[in-house]
Amino acid sequence: MKKEFEIIDHTADIGIKAHGSSLKEAFSNAARGLFYLITELDEIEEILHRDVELTAFDQEALLVEWLNELIYLFDAENLLFKRFDIIKLSHTQLKASCYGEKVNSSKHKLKIGVKAATYHMLKVLKSDGYQVQVLFDI
Amino acid sequence: MAVPWQGILRKIDDYRWEIPKSYKPGMAVPGLIFTSESMLGHIWQEQVFGQVANVAFLPGIVDHSLAMPDIHWGYGFPIGGVAATRVKDGVVSPGGVGFDINCGVRLLRTNLTKEEVQPKIKEIVAALFTNVPSGLGSTGKIRLNERELDEVLIKGSRWAVEKGFGEAEDIVVTEDNGGMKGADPAKVSGKAKKRGIPQLGTLGSGNHFLEVQVVDAIYDRDLAKGMGINEAGQVLVLIHTGSRGFGHQVCSDYVSLLGEAVKRYGIELPDRQLACAPINSAEGKDYLAAMSCAANYAWTNRQCIAHWVRESFIKVFSKSKKELGLEQIYDVAHNIAKIEEHETNLIKQTLCVHRKGATRAFPAGHPDVPDIYQRIGQPVLIPGDMGRCSYVAVGTETAMKETFGSTCHGAGRVQSRAGAKRSLRGVDITQTLAARGITVKTGDIPSLAEEASEAYKDVNEVVDITHNAGISRKVARAVPLGVIKG
Repeated sequence: MKKEFEIIDHTADIGIKAHGSSLKEAFSNAARGLFYLITELDEIEEILHRDVELTAFDQEALLVEWLNELIYLFDAENLLFKRFDIIKLSHTQLKASCYGEKVNSSKHKLKIGVKAATYHMLKVLKSDGYQVQVLFDI
Repeated sequence: MAVPWQGILRKIDDYRWEIPKSYKPGMAVPGLIFTSESMLGHIWQEQVFGQVANVAFLPGIVDHSLAMPDIHWGYGFPIGGVAATRVKDGVVSPGGVGFDINCGVRLLRTNLTKEEVQPKIKEIVAALFTNVPSGLGSTGKIRLNERELDEVLIKGSRWAVEKGFGEAEDIVVTEDNGGMKGADPAKVSGKAKKRGIPQLGTLGSGNHFLEVQVVDAIYDRDLAKGMGINEAGQVLVLIHTGSRGFGHQVCSDYVSLLGEAVKRYGIELPDRQLACAPINSAEGKDYLAAMSCAANYAWTNRQCIAHWVRESFIKVFSKSKKELGLEQIYDVAHNIAKIEEHETNLIKQTLCVHRKGATRAFPAGHPDVPDIYQRIGQPVLIPGDMGRCSYVAVGTETAMKETFGSTCHGAGRVQSRAGAKRSLRGVDITQTLAARGITVKTGDIPSLAEEASEAYKDVNEVVDITHNAGISRKVARAVPLGVIKG
């Protein structure tokens, strides 16, 4: 079985390639990849949840918006998520429930600061299931 | 032996390499890289040429898509890139400024010598670490509501000085007097404000730092004296940070907004991260108004941090600010877009100069240079990595003619963060630096390796190229004594 996600290592930045048997799963795995960069996924407990609803002008932009929304929730509200239930995913719309908890400095070791998801080298592909790729500015 | 760029790059002289327009169909102007033969290999390997060429697609770009010698691979724009577009019919690109809007550096001088500071360095570093919040997720000591944040966004450094953080003299020696005009908080999203409110007055993480340094070389006594740098052994303090989550959100918001605008305006781009809009369009104007808010936030941030640096020194040395001579030399932005007048091919034009990992370098006599530097030129501050050194330089007429008054901004990465961690596994960076007389303090020891010297180009080589090419002139060099890594 393919890994949920792989890390792409670049000189200045870092990226994620996520896989899934459906596009929903690939988007969810990309989000897990993002939180793996921020902290240890195993250390996050499902204590609270947040519903997210987004629109974008195409599917690639939707991927960037999705990850940027999660970066925002982490930076502004100190929320860490580990599970994502993507309820709706069309070409331009996404609706999801995200499960996790607030940062607890005694438990969560924060690894890197992710500034934003970028449009550089961005990919949403249907091949061997689904694959999405995104590069972050860190 | 044939080099891979033979027949592709045109060598103009030892420090100038042109990427002809034929390199990629669609380039509106050629590319120009300021570098040496020995540094070209890495630039080639990283395929940064392609990124310099992509920037040359921007509508209204004039002269060249420029790259400074610290150039390295970025997302969309290369880091170390400069692009000037005509205001009348050109575009502005948030990606050409970057996520950390007005990331920059501020340099303070002191009357102290290495002999006086060395015995107390642990105490100073500890005081700085306590007084200046740093690290991932750090929040500040300043309590703001949304109305007060709007004031910060409009006034910039002036807001901080009015609140008692620093003095009016600091503003005079800050690029744009620490406050860009045209900042409009109404053009900033609620999300950006929510990220910005708790983070004002924090260093942040990543490559941001606060450094106590010692001058170890003076290249031009007269220019150095003009900035209050009198002799080798003198202690300086360098602050490197930006607009924190506020700027990141402003950039994200506008990259996505302008990504849609690109389609409406029928602009063809080779990379989506280059998203842009005509400078005179509603979208372009809105971005510049929001970007100016973020720039002002960053100047306020460095203004507050500089104040706490002074408080820390005053406490540790039990001397007044005046006795310590803790004055600001200068503060420069190195991720910004500015509307400036430039002369290209004998035509005077109003341009939008994008400096993404590049420093403004205006010459003596330029009206935007503070009065006290009119004779010597604008100070240029070039931080290196924490194990090597940093430079102070001045802007030149050559920069005005060739690079829209710009020069390099630092060393430039050669190793990825993960790569640096891998290659330095098992190495105690704190110990390695301590053995060389450098005291480091950070809340995040595992990340120290990411910022080690091995991860960066040699800043000495980078600065020598800008000096020899004439786009900035070396004044002094300083080595670290104490480092707070964010």
